[in-house]
Amino acid sequence: MTENIKVWPGTPLSEKDIKEKRILVTEWQPNLKYAWDAGIGYGRYFAELKKGRIVGTRCDKCRRVLLPARVFCEWCFRTVDAWVHLQDTGTVNTFSVAYTGTAAERLKEPLIPALIEIDGSGGVAIMHLISEVDPWKVKMGMRVRAVWKPEQEREGAITDIAYWKPI
Amino acid sequence: MQRRVAVIGIGYTPFRPISPDLSFKEMMFEAAQKAYEDAGVCPRHDIDAFVTCEEDFTHGRSIFNIHTPDNIGAVLKRIHTLPAESLYGLADAYMLINTGLVDVMAVESHSKASNMLTPNYLIAHAMDPVYNKPLSYNPYFIAGMEMNRYMHERGVTKEQCALVSVKNKANALLNPEAAYGDRISVDDVLNSEMMFWPLSRLDMSSPADGGIVLVLACEEKARILCDKPIWVRGVGWCSDAPSLETREWGEAVYARLAGEMAYRLAGIEHPRKEVDFAEVDDSFSYKELQHLEALKLCRSGQAGFMVEEGATKREGEFPVNVSGGSLGVGRLDEATGLQKVLEVVLQLRGEAGKRQLPNIKVGLAQSWRGLPANSGAVAILSNE
Repeated sequence: MTENIKVWPGTPLSEKDIKEKRILVTEWQPNLKYAWDAGIGYGRYFAELKKGRIVGTRCDKCRRVLLPARVFCEWCFRTVDAWVHLQDTGTVNTFSVAYTGTAAERLKEPLIPALIEIDGSGGVAIMHLISEVDPWKVKMGMRVRAVWKPEQEREGAITDIAYWKPI
Repeated sequence: MQRRVAVIGIGYTPFRPISPDLSFKEMMFEAAQKAYEDAGVCPRHDIDAFVTCEEDFTHGRSIFNIHTPDNIGAVLKRIHTLPAESLYGLADAYMLINTGLVDVMAVESHSKASNMLTPNYLIAHAMDPVYNKPLSYNPYFIAGMEMNRYMHERGVTKEQCALVSVKNKANALLNPEAAYGDRISVDDVLNSEMMFWPLSRLDMSSPADGGIVLVLACEEKARILCDKPIWVRGVGWCSDAPSLETREWGEAVYARLAGEMAYRLAGIEHPRKEVDFAEVDDSFSYKELQHLEALKLCRSGQAGFMVEEGATKREGEFPVNVSGGSLGVGRLDEATGLQKVLEVVLQLRGEAGKRQLPNIKVGLAQSWRGLPANSGAVAILSNE
């Protein structure tokens, strides 16, 4: 600490000063609303989820399956060759246990986001959540299965799969 | 080492008010695939660097640059994203190639304007939060004020401005990619809904969706890859002070200075004599006139007479916005500048179809960042 600071300690600001507008504060909440066109790839992907199926696409050049389904391969930069239906079982590649929500609040029940490699797809993975399991028991390599929402509740969204649970 | 730079490939999707058939990824892919096919290059092997031009807020995604590489073949390659008007992307590619850092580079920009559901609020969000935002005006008033001052200073009439809309919408009828082609009269414009006096509804462009990709190369590569390289002879860009209180309202100073830079690089001393045609920003009808004067493509105060005499028509002595401009094609957000370049390249290649101009050698493309900005860029292109 320099000599100056001992002589002039300054005026600390508290949250109260800001709330009572004793200093200049301007607040503004932007009114921004967006839509996103699903297009061909995501469009079919969501339509299939509504039917309770996971669909990907296949690139015959690099022999990869792409998930979520998309119409081009970003490695080979070419149009994909086919739609492929995938199983709704898989293996945990990596995961985390999220104890904090977006507003930095503590979550009573932690969420378990996980990357799940779909069976029979050659290592292609889906990003989703794991549930019905003690967070401390989740392991890499754990086998899981999709828990689908009831058909009438599905709306063509990634949340049509409620979560994945251990097999 | 100063190297010449050429556009060797162009690709684009049609410009339409909505585009639900394509996600933005598919739109970028389609435009890129066409451009690479046109240039005869594989992005995975032949393109050294990429630049995309998109603004997070218009696309509704923060950190939008992370979503761009895969769609244009740039995964694990050199790519950067400008949250700026797309002519700045062209200027980036020009600099990187001109200085010898890269040989072949792609420039991308696209608009999904139809996906932005509250566009007026988006522009309002660009205003100064302390001085201007609390006044709560629809920010298009800025265009009304600017038009008012410009008309006052240069003696331009509302009828002359209306003629720009009439001309550009008619031009767009010959452009199969344009969204807003129409045959209208001056009276139609004058009698259209009054928006922000003196700005009427038909003085204003409407948004459109669409993607554009250009491939640029150094002279050595361009000569090998392309039999019709279109040379980028000069680029320029400029930003005025942002504040509404201190900016210049009558003259488009940013366009004048950007133009001067581009003319200097291109070795052009008499723009009106040495440039054959231009695609200038016409987001609002008066903007075309204001920009023509700023770019010295007519004498100060003469732009109104020029449009009145028909000199800027397709068959006139100095055609302006033959593509239909933003009034006829639709305003493509950040991609607007690349649409101007696209038209100049098509014309210089002789590939502009029914709207092809005869005997042209040098074309100018100019962009404006859009409300409430007063910045923009210029590119001068030539087929020899």
